[in-house]
Amino acid sequence: MADQAEFTDLAMEYMPPLYSAALRMTRNPADAEDLVQETYLKAYRAFGGFEAGTNLKAWLYRILTNTYINSYRAKKRRPEISDVEDVEDLFLYRHLSADQPSGLGRSAEEEALERITDTEVKDAIESLPETFRLAVLLADVEGFSYKEIAEITDVPIGTVMSRIHRGRKALQKALFEFGSARGLVGASGDGK
Amino acid sequence: MGEQKAKGVDANPAMPGGAHISGFVNCEETVERLYFYLDGELTEERRVEITRHLDLCGPCVDAFGFEAELRKVIANRCKDHVPESLLDRVAHALRDEHAKHGH
Repeated sequence: MADQAEFTDLAMEYMPPLYSAALRMTRNPADAEDLVQETYLKAYRAFGGFEAGTNLKAWLYRILTNTYINSYRAKKRRPEISDVEDVEDLFLYRHLSADQPSGLGRSAEEEALERITDTEVKDAIESLPETFRLAVLLADVEGFSYKEIAEITDVPIGTVMSRIHRGRKALQKALFEFGSARGLVGASGDGK
Repeated sequence: MGEQKAKGVDANPAMPGGAHISGFVNCEETVERLYFYLDGELTEERRVEITRHLDLCGPCVDAFGFEAELRKVIANRCKDHVPESLLDRVAHALRDEHAKHGH
């Protein structure tokens, strides 16, 4: 009894970020809802083994990620591209700068960022291959440390770092391409 | 595919031969560590080196500022409204689970 009350009190506040992460993972609202429900049920059943004082949010994300990998990914048998191309450092900054008259200060590039829409950011993240998508999502959207992400995804920390860094650069390229397609950024750029 | 080196991030006149001065890192090394720096994942010694470079290098400060801003934009644009029905579903599922295994 105590456990359930405590679990509900503690865990429900993480529903919005968990649901967002589930949407980015499954790319489908119906699957995302099922995934979140399954995550809460599993977490509830396992809550007796959760050590008070440790990171509940990371623990919930670990269950979410494992559940996604074990059931949702498995049911979709379409092979996914599992790598991203190497994208240069500062890709987005340099491509946005290239379109600005020099000497106007950096706010021009940051203003271009402000024009990027929610949908473009979500679509760009969802366009990344799964391993990179998960790494970027956990690092940049959820703010987990490299070590926490290594624990959540059961991947060595060096691999985690490489996935985050390469995934971020691929994300920048995707954002630039989506922005260019709408004519919002990089009027003269073609994403190359 | 043209090399784009906007705003001189790679060639910083503020740091002539910077890589060879003890304790100083050049622009290239600074940009290589950008993510580690913004992620707070550098050793204290490395962090101080990068900070010292940023104190002197406008182009790198601009690039770091942009990347930090981009990080915020990504996090802020990735929020979704949780359907009321999902909250209800989860609350019900947990109650059923408790009833099954309670007592």
